[in-house]
Amino acid sequence: MEYIQGIIILIGINLIAVLGLSILTGFTGLFSFGHGGFMAIGAYVCAIFVARLHQPFALAILAGALSAGLVSVVIGRLTLKLKGDYFCIATMGFGEAVRIILNNVNYVGGARGWESLPKLTTVWLTLALDLVFVVVTWNIINSRQGRNMVAAREEELAAQMAGIDVFKSKMIALVISAVFAGVAGALMAQYMQFLRPTMFNMTKSTDLTIMVIFGGLGSISGSILGTILLVSLPELFRDFAQWRLVFYGLAVIVIMVGRPQGLMGGLELTPSGIRRAVAARSARRELAAADKAEAAE
Amino acid sequence: MSGADPRPGAAQAVPVLELRGLTKRFGGLAAVNDVSFAIREGGISGLIGPNGAGKTTIFNLITGVYKVSAGSILFKGSPITDLEPYRIADLGVTRTFQNIRLFKNLSARDNVLTACHMSARYGLAEAILRLPRYRREEKALAVKADGLLEIMGLADRADLTANNLPYGLQRRLEITRALALDPTLLLLDEPAAGMNPDETEQLMLLISDIRKRFGLSVLVIEHHMDLIMGVCEHIHVLNFGCSLADGDPAVVAGDPKVVEAYLGQEDER
Ligand SMILES: Nc1ncnc2c1ncn2[C@@H]1O[C@H](COP(=O)(O)OP(=O)(O)O)[C@@H](O)[C@H]1O
Ligand SMILES: [Mg+2]
Repeated sequence: MEYIQGIIILIGINLIAVLGLSILTGFTGLFSFGHGGFMAIGAYVCAIFVARLHQPFALAILAGALSAGLVSVVIGRLTLKLKGDYFCIATMGFGEAVRIILNNVNYVGGARGWESLPKLTTVWLTLALDLVFVVVTWNIINSRQGRNMVAAREEELAAQMAGIDVFKSKMIALVISAVFAGVAGALMAQYMQFLRPTMFNMTKSTDLTIMVIFGGLGSISGSILGTILLVSLPELFRDFAQWRLVFYGLAVIVIMVGRPQGLMGGLELTPSGIRRAVAARSARRELAAADKAEAAE
Repeated sequence: MSGADPRPGAAQAVPVLELRGLTKRFGGLAAVNDVSFAIREGGISGLIGPNGAGKTTIFNLITGVYKVSAGSILFKGSPITDLEPYRIADLGVTRTFQNIRLFKNLSARDNVLTACHMSARYGLAEAILRLPRYRREEKALAVKADGLLEIMGLADRADLTANNLPYGLQRRLEITRALALDPTLLLLDEPAAGMNPDETEQLMLLISDIRKRFGLSVLVIEHHMDLIMGVCEHIHVLNFGCSLADGDPAVVAGDPKVVEAYLGQEDER
């Protein structure tokens, strides 16, 4: 039971970070390999508020999230005017920089790590926050601001010609994703009860991005499925420790070869999402039939 | 090169668009060289010239995609030179592209809906909390988008992904998306490219129809002069980045300089 709960908490924590990244990568089209850095900021700021300043957990989570958000504004100002590939490289550098800085701050344990933090993250808190974050993500994507992000991903120049401030849209997406990662980090700190800078290294950042891609870019339900599968798979294969990564890798490869757009690329598992997919399919079919009729004439 | 409008009585009115000594250099090449002309509010004007004459570059300068090297651009009398592209669009100048640029993976409806965003005012917090203004304005946006799709004859294809639309409808969708901004000035870059004469004729009729309906001013790029003679009331001709002629279609078409520039071009069609 403890074991299952642990997996649920891990899925739930990662899901919050992945939802944020889904907005940034899946919907806005910006690839990041540094969101571990924002998680780290959330985690360490939260731990400082809880363990050093003796503040309530809720306030500590908020502080962690806001700190990550503030740092992302600076990163965004420096990098979002650059073309996509540079942004990706810059985030990678940012993630590593956070890790190296934390390695050298003894106040929070430096490279050795920070032990015996209080355990405050519960399964119910995690699930409740998941629900909130799924709804928030959904509402963002289905707003004009969300559509502007998608437009920036699809065709930047055309988006500008439609009066969309592409820089601002990317900035909003980045800040949201950083705040989400900050919350995930805060929950992680108070679940693991210890922090070490390597927990938020590039592998962590890459894992998060893989979950988004695996689930399918531009799909919230895909991100949820991707997180559930990719967090639980390695845990379930823990008994075959040496085979774990092989299974994990195989699962990812099979999906990516069989369905390169990811599990759910661009589709949503909701009544209206399914209706839309069906409508598009029948319209496509009609069109093909009309074409054939025309060709036959 | 005079920017004055040749029609009597038009002189006092502020032109909707005016280019003054517009120049764009790419390295040593002057793609647009000291071009000046004005277009009258509410009309359809044509910008014509052989391939490589600098027509698309002029659109890119007007819409802020490129920074100008020299000269200025006035929209309804105020300068818009080097404003951010999205600001120019917000002011009411928008365009289509020579090589169609749709939001390819979105449905036709979402292409238009996205471009309607300026008609709503709600903030992100209101969207996240689904406050009344969000609901009300989203409903209005949907009605507006569907209305435009209907007018443009795309209603029955609204659920199709833009990618899957036939070529002619993609061009039409791009115009629909531009109309969603409630523009004052619509710039169309070779809207008839790749169409047969019948489709072109239809399209030109559609363009004059929407111009009346939405009270727009339209500037159309075309490199086959005869295609737009019928609909345009004013034509500006470019050649190698320089202005060659400006004025009434019939007069311009008879201009020996224009005839010479187009010699050997006409059979290419
Ligand atoms: N971004 C650019 N960089 C360099 N040269 C360019 C660029 N855009 C256009 N040009 C050049 O400017 C000239 C005019 O191009 P363009 O405006 O596209 O012509 P048109 O639309 O009249 O066919 C061409 O010689 C083209 O090669
Ligand atoms: Mg061109």
